[in-house]
Amino acid sequence: MNWLLAIVQTLLFVALAPLLSGWLKWCKCHLQNRKAPSLLQPYRDLMKLIRKQPVVAEHASWIFTRSPYIIFSAMVLAASVVPLIAVDLPTAASADVIVLVGFFAFARFFLALAGLDIGTAFGGMGSSREMTISSLAEPAMLMAVFTLTMTASTTNLSLAIAHVLNEGLVLRPSFVFAMFALILVAIAETGRVPVDNPTTHLELTMIHEAMILEYSGRHLALIEWASQLKLMLYGVLIANIFWPWGIAQNFSIHALGYGLLAISGKLAALAVFLSISETLVAKMRLFRVQEYLSFAYLLGLLGMLSHIILEASR
Amino acid sequence: MPIPTTIWLHGANEHEPAKSIYFRDQFVRQCHGWDWRMPVEFYEYRSQFLQRVTMMVLILAYAAVLCSFASGMLALLINQRTSVHALLERVPIQRGGRDWLDDCLTESRYPLRLKQAVFIVLGLSGLLAVLAGIAVLNSQSAFTDQIGLGLPWLPWHVRFDSLSGFFFLIVGIAVVAVSIYGPGYVEAYQEEKHPFAVLGLFTGLFVAGMLLVLLADDAFFFMIAWELMSVASYFLVAFQHENPANRRAAFLYLLMAEVGALAIILGFGVLASFADGLTFDALRQANLSTTWASIAFVLALLGFGMKAGIVPIHVWLPEAHPVAPSHISALMSGVMLKVAVYGLIRFCFDLLTDVHWQWGVVLLVLGTISALGGILYAMMQPNLKRLLAYSSVENIGIIFMVLGLAMIFMANGFPQLAALGLLAALFHAFNHALFKNLLFLGAGILQHQIHSLDIDCMGGLIKRMPQTSFLFLIGCMSISSLPLFNGFVSEWLAFQTALQVDVLDNGVLRSLIPVSAAALALTAALAAACFVKVFGMIFLGLPRSRHSEKAQEVDDKGMLLALKLLAGLCFFFGIFPTLIIAALNNVAKQLIGQTLPNDTLQSWMWLAPVSAQKASYSPILVLVGVLIACAFTFWYLRRNPDTKTMRRAATWDCGFGGLNARMQYSCSAFTMPFRRIFAKVWLIDEQIDKDMQGALDMDVSSIRYRLQVEDHCWPRLYQPIAHGINSAARLVGRIQTGNIRVYLGYSFVTLIIMLWVVSL
Repeated sequence: MNWLLAIVQTLLFVALAPLLSGWLKWCKCHLQNRKAPSLLQPYRDLMKLIRKQPVVAEHASWIFTRSPYIIFSAMVLAASVVPLIAVDLPTAASADVIVLVGFFAFARFFLALAGLDIGTAFGGMGSSREMTISSLAEPAMLMAVFTLTMTASTTNLSLAIAHVLNEGLVLRPSFVFAMFALILVAIAETGRVPVDNPTTHLELTMIHEAMILEYSGRHLALIEWASQLKLMLYGVLIANIFWPWGIAQNFSIHALGYGLLAISGKLAALAVFLSISETLVAKMRLFRVQEYLSFAYLLGLLGMLSHIILEASR
Repeated sequence: MPIPTTIWLHGANEHEPAKSIYFRDQFVRQCHGWDWRMPVEFYEYRSQFLQRVTMMVLILAYAAVLCSFASGMLALLINQRTSVHALLERVPIQRGGRDWLDDCLTESRYPLRLKQAVFIVLGLSGLLAVLAGIAVLNSQSAFTDQIGLGLPWLPWHVRFDSLSGFFFLIVGIAVVAVSIYGPGYVEAYQEEKHPFAVLGLFTGLFVAGMLLVLLADDAFFFMIAWELMSVASYFLVAFQHENPANRRAAFLYLLMAEVGALAIILGFGVLASFADGLTFDALRQANLSTTWASIAFVLALLGFGMKAGIVPIHVWLPEAHPVAPSHISALMSGVMLKVAVYGLIRFCFDLLTDVHWQWGVVLLVLGTISALGGILYAMMQPNLKRLLAYSSVENIGIIFMVLGLAMIFMANGFPQLAALGLLAALFHAFNHALFKNLLFLGAGILQHQIHSLDIDCMGGLIKRMPQTSFLFLIGCMSISSLPLFNGFVSEWLAFQTALQVDVLDNGVLRSLIPVSAAALALTAALAAACFVKVFGMIFLGLPRSRHSEKAQEVDDKGMLLALKLLAGLCFFFGIFPTLIIAALNNVAKQLIGQTLPNDTLQSWMWLAPVSAQKASYSPILVLVGVLIACAFTFWYLRRNPDTKTMRRAATWDCGFGGLNARMQYSCSAFTMPFRRIFAKVWLIDEQIDKDMQGALDMDVSSIRYRLQVEDHCWPRLYQPIAHGINSAARLVGRIQTGNIRVYLGYSFVTLIIMLWVVSL
């Protein structure tokens, strides 16, 4: 039963990811005085891509054609680990938060290889920049996550969230720092403004799009879906770690329904904030990203230190 | 007499063995109707059996050493075909065997067969070492022995315990892989220029030296074995000595190895001066003050660290590893560095019984610097083997970091967490031996096929060398610590160790350890970037040179088989890490008297080193999940037969046409963002020369780009030292007048002073 619920939750995660980016786009369009596409537009795009025959660059090897499946699977696995509507599901034990970061690294590794596989300047450029940014973002992310795991003294996400729930609403300075660090990292890792612009195809600035320039058809669909999943994963992480209230602690229909409502509300609110910030902030130069990410790292470090100095039980 | 094994183990733990045996006996007889009892006989049998086991395990270990010696000696016969022939004529052999021998001894076959024989014996040595290692790890006890060699009053003491056994396992696996790989690789060497006798002899001695270091139980024997290992590997580094750069690298290696050995001798000396005797047992009893213990620790750290290659005493490593033959660099990088780690663990955790947390901090800081420095330097290298050598510095750094953590926990009275740290460090040493061997052997194949190690000359090899590329990919994924592979497990354990920092009271440690954990995360991410570069530049994209355009898969089965073996092990231990962890628990138990809590081992599926509530990881479930997700999407998206096949089309070239290999990202282009962000880490010399032409000299006709990235260590540390030594020598040189009368005067004055000293 628990396993079934875990699988259902994972499927729900995968199914809802495009909706979140649809909602994000909708918000952004309204903020920028544009006519918004339907909320279901990402689904239509994915369906369209899946139906099409993929066109593959002539020099591409199996890395290029198999990578989308690997990337998508890694993201699905990551989704199975992160508690969405309920804590204490059995999948959460199979991989903790460090493994979750490992899943992201796995997907990124293959995405970067796929960018190099076709032998164009664009692919290499995207891979190089992606690896640069992610290698700066990873320590910042782990720093933020470690603050949480040290507070809860577990790296199991589900248990850590349950711990925060049981503690009740306590204002922890370390959590405030860690949350901001994680938000900054999330923006960098999911390729949003100001680090990367998901809608641009301008060679000077693009990162994620440069790597996947040669993809089409179902391959592109999988990669797009995977990056939507990644966005939602970070959203859920931020929402459920720092405001876990509402998440189901038992498996009754009532609690689960309430959990679903809660997470939808939290994600919708986060998306509104993201769209406002994307509207207000301009994209920054590539070599300013290091300052941005070291700021995130610094926040994570401050969170950790304030946990150690101010909050630790000893 | 059939005796179930369980009963022996049972009997060993009980206070009233006879009774419990009796009950077991009753039970067994009731169940199976077996007819045996007599506990007394059983005990005799058991002690006899244990004696036999002792003998057997030690015999296995000795046999491994002897086999490696034998393979070295066998290699000397390469030019002695006629004598061998004459010798074998006299040996009575059956007819079929005689024909085969005669066939082997023909002039054309002889060198090939002998090389194969040398590597078979070497492989046998590796296999025996693996068996001995497994046997001693299973028996959970230490076997001691004495050999009547060495000084008259000090025979060589041998002790074979779990720690040695574990490193035997590491050496054994690597040697087996190398000896499968070797015959194909050495074929390319011309006998006149690069005699096989030298290579084979010193390979055998090198392996024997490493195994003997692991067996040594007194300082004297240890140093002899250590020197055998160092000097034999010097000759291997100098093997291709026609190139002056190689000679320089070999000399640098020898110099640093000897300086390191001196430091180790001094370290042992400090211990020995407080103990009666040079045996490790005596050294363990030595009662040192904190100051002297710290001095011994620093000396040992200098000596073993020089061999292991921690920053800043790593400089020999990137010079020596690339110039040795690839299978030797695999052994040096994968195994010899581990022997140095073994030495440090033996010295600190075993001989110096009380560890201090300050030492742990030193190790932690040095390890962090090595890990970060190693990977950042690695990233900038265009030479594949040099890059791999620097990446070894990184991995050794990680091992030192975790050892430092273990020491800190140990000194603060948390032996269980210390066991976790030690386990993570040893597991990482094991993993690094596997994947670094794999990558070095892969680099050897590339050198064999492309005749270059310059990453910028490669490209597109995934289509020409499909098998090599796949195996190399597994190595890259393991070293980048991606989940499902072994590198990830040890790194996960390292993080888990670091995250237990909450138990410590010291505020400095509590903030230092998380920062070093974050540095470890940065290292892992940089390693992933570095190996994306390596794999992407070598195997993906378009070929960047004619050699790589025409490259073919290596046709020697053995070379690929060695890679397959190592890649398979990398994956296997990534999925079933508990096998190694169970073995490592024995090591931890022997060394610090603590194991992990038992629930780690209750199931092969779960890895939960502290407790299931703290953290758990189940590689097998992850693998199943990935496979299901992959298989389902793969099947689901390719249902439609119309769109199932992919259409191949020209790569998009922005409409300009003429996309060629030179337009791809190159090695230095890929790392440019890193070069810019971490600019202070290297000494960068970047030059762009433009030739101008045209009426106003405004059009660029040609452009040259030169990039040189160097280590800070040379100008900052080594050149001042060299300078100082030179000027000191010049000062001393003043008294050397070259005039015999002055020298006689010196002798006379010395004599007078000596007499005066004696008469006091």
